[in-house]
Amino acid sequence: MKGIKNIFAGPWGIVGVGMIIGILAPLLQKWGNPGNMGVCVACFERDIAGALGLHRADMAQYIRPEIAGFVLGSLVAAYLFKEFRPRLGSAPIVRFILGVFAMIGALVFLGCPWRAALRLAGGDGNAILGLLGLAFGIWIGTLFLKGGYSLGRTQRTHHTAGWMLPLFMAGLLSLMLAFPQIVGEAKSGILFYSVKGPGSMHAPLAVSLAAGLLIGFLAQRSRFCTMGAIRDLLLFRQMHLLSGFMALIATAAVINFILGQFKPGFEAQPVAHTMHIWNFAGMALSGLAFCLAGGCPGRQLFLAGEGDGDAAVLVMGMIVGAAIAHNFGLASSPTGVGPYGIPALGIGFAVCLFIGLTMRKNIL
Amino acid sequence: MAKTIDARGLSCPQPALLAKKAIGENAEVTVLVDNGTAVENVRRLAAKAACDISVTETTPGIWEIALVRTGAADRPVRP
Repeated sequence: MKGIKNIFAGPWGIVGVGMIIGILAPLLQKWGNPGNMGVCVACFERDIAGALGLHRADMAQYIRPEIAGFVLGSLVAAYLFKEFRPRLGSAPIVRFILGVFAMIGALVFLGCPWRAALRLAGGDGNAILGLLGLAFGIWIGTLFLKGGYSLGRTQRTHHTAGWMLPLFMAGLLSLMLAFPQIVGEAKSGILFYSVKGPGSMHAPLAVSLAAGLLIGFLAQRSRFCTMGAIRDLLLFRQMHLLSGFMALIATAAVINFILGQFKPGFEAQPVAHTMHIWNFAGMALSGLAFCLAGGCPGRQLFLAGEGDGDAAVLVMGMIVGAAIAHNFGLASSPTGVGPYGIPALGIGFAVCLFIGLTMRKNIL
Repeated sequence: MAKTIDARGLSCPQPALLAKKAIGENAEVTVLVDNGTAVENVRRLAAKAACDISVTETTPGIWEIALVRTGAADRPVRP
């Protein structure tokens, strides 16, 4: 029993972690990150895809240290508390595809569940549509879960396999140090850097990394999950994870207000568009995909940090999904949805429904 | 009738979901899990479903969770 006692997983632990994220995210924005994007897992993985040249949208290219911090902070916590469990083998290709479409949905909305919360906390009314869509997508996912949907069991594996994503993230940080940003230059060595747009806006590297490490550490301990918050309410009538999510939104709203970053309204919100139906539908696809994959994009990074190779595959799917979204005109911009964003949502829903309807536990 | 659920290798929310279904149909349920998150989730479920719970780490990394419904038939749990 001693080994599993965990104060962060208690009722005040999860609220405390939500509050800490709710303080750090607006501060990261103040220190340089884009508007209502103190932390956005989807946007930041999209920026990483851009920095590596997997897509060439020149306003979204930066290796975001927060993402590496999430994985490595979780890795440290997992080792300290003896929770590093290398495992994989639960339908990895399906998780990859879910990652691709979760990202496409997020980039139609312009943000993952984390950013939907932060957009709301910054006064962006369009986030209401996104959060409603998120809940709707998760609700569909819970119907599949109740019907016996399962991606199957994981297997224990070598520590090496559990270390793959943490090492990948350490590699990205090393690339940043080897090829640091040069002011006004779009390229440094092999890395692309945005000189305008959201990708050019970032807090100092050390600050971003430190915040990411702290959030990764705390989230591993508390099991913080934005998708699980809504899923557990629908499935179990439990408020546990939701209390953390609500604490994040409330705290971030207060801090935004104090910092003068709270600007209520629908029009001219930072990195957002006002197409309500597609804000709803984009986040609904994302919510469904994350529900089928068992965790929000942040949670997937934290799981990968504790050795979950399947979560690592989903993360790779999201990075590839970001490249697809920008290379083929699926991603939205502040002017509205991309030329192929709407059909991509249709394909995404069809794929998720196919996965949800056909993967039942009778193979276990 | 006691029922055993092997939820090892399953990720959340499945261990708690399987436990919830089983405790709705059986007065006593044993759930095997292999991670701390699942233990915490089943523990919260037990509090919600009015069950007694005892947790034993049988081998390192494997937990056996015994759930016993209190008040049995007069407190049905929706599966």
